[in-house]
Amino acid sequence: MHELSIVASLFEIMEEKAREKQAKKIVSVKLQVGKLSGVVPEFLITAFDVYKKDTIASKARLEIEEVPLTIQCNACGKTMTKDDFVFICIQCGSQDLKTLSGTELILQKMGLEI
Amino acid sequence: MKKKEILVLQDLLGSNKKIAAEIRAKLTEKGIFSINLMSSPGAGKTTLLERIAEHLKPEYSMAVIEGDIETERDAERIRAKGIPAWQIITGGACHLEAKMIGKLFPEIPSDLDFLFIENVGNLVCPASYDLGENIRCVLLSVPEGDDKPKKYPKAFTTSDCLILTKSDLLSFMPFDSERAQKEALEINPRLKIYVTSALKDQGIQELAEFFISARQNFLNQNA
Repeated sequence: MHELSIVASLFEIMEEKAREKQAKKIVSVKLQVGKLSGVVPEFLITAFDVYKKDTIASKARLEIEEVPLTIQCNACGKTMTKDDFVFICIQCGSQDLKTLSGTELILQKMGLEI
Repeated sequence: MKKKEILVLQDLLGSNKKIAAEIRAKLTEKGIFSINLMSSPGAGKTTLLERIAEHLKPEYSMAVIEGDIETERDAERIRAKGIPAWQIITGGACHLEAKMIGKLFPEIPSDLDFLFIENVGNLVCPASYDLGENIRCVLLSVPEGDDKPKKYPKAFTTSDCLILTKSDLLSFMPFDSERAQKEALEINPRLKIYVTSALKDQGIQELAEFFISARQNFLNQNA
């Protein structure tokens, strides 16, 4: 349950960006959350809704795009999506794999009122 | 008033990663090899450290940063072994962050060989936070069950080393050591695995040798 810490970091970035753009309000926030990011999207939304009170984002809506874990096999080149976190190539059985996506925890975009 | 959408594309853990990179650079400059230990509460991190100290001494010097939600107890146990230790009391937070380590930095002596960071007991949250360590170890104790690697994948996929602890209990518990190791390797083939009992002093010498050789590689790379 470190989602509140993550939301605190999120607000630091949001508030800095809003200041830079001289925004009056933040109305929407979109995150990309990887399947292997270690955070639970539902808890992020709950933490966000608690944290946003009395901030520039008090009316903001949080949208989360969940990014699947995608890996590529270095041996046979196969690209695959994994739900079970088993790092074994489904085509050739190799464990020489690289992660293409699924670990991200990114503030993608924000809607502002200026 | 006008509406505008802006693209940000910023990592929410970016500021932690930046501080962690600074810590790693400073430790590297001093030749200090750092190890982040993660596990559930009660898996035996502190007991392992007490025992590992006996195997690293007298040739190698070490210090420990302890992370706990409350109390100085763990740091006191380590100090009782004659090892410098600092306690971070998070006051509720379930993990350590790089900035907490950064605050302690001025107190850390320059002539250390090893700096161990014992994270808050929790198999989930610590895995998301780089603390500036060189290697990361996850502990799994026999009483916790052999099914944990796949249930808590992040702790295992981000680690370099898996330390099975309390192996003296293997004969009393339905813990399938082979299954635990196989499943851990399925989610992270890079894992080095050590089966240990701190109580019986088994497997600890091998683990100490792994730390010593990992430190040697680190020194060679940064020579």
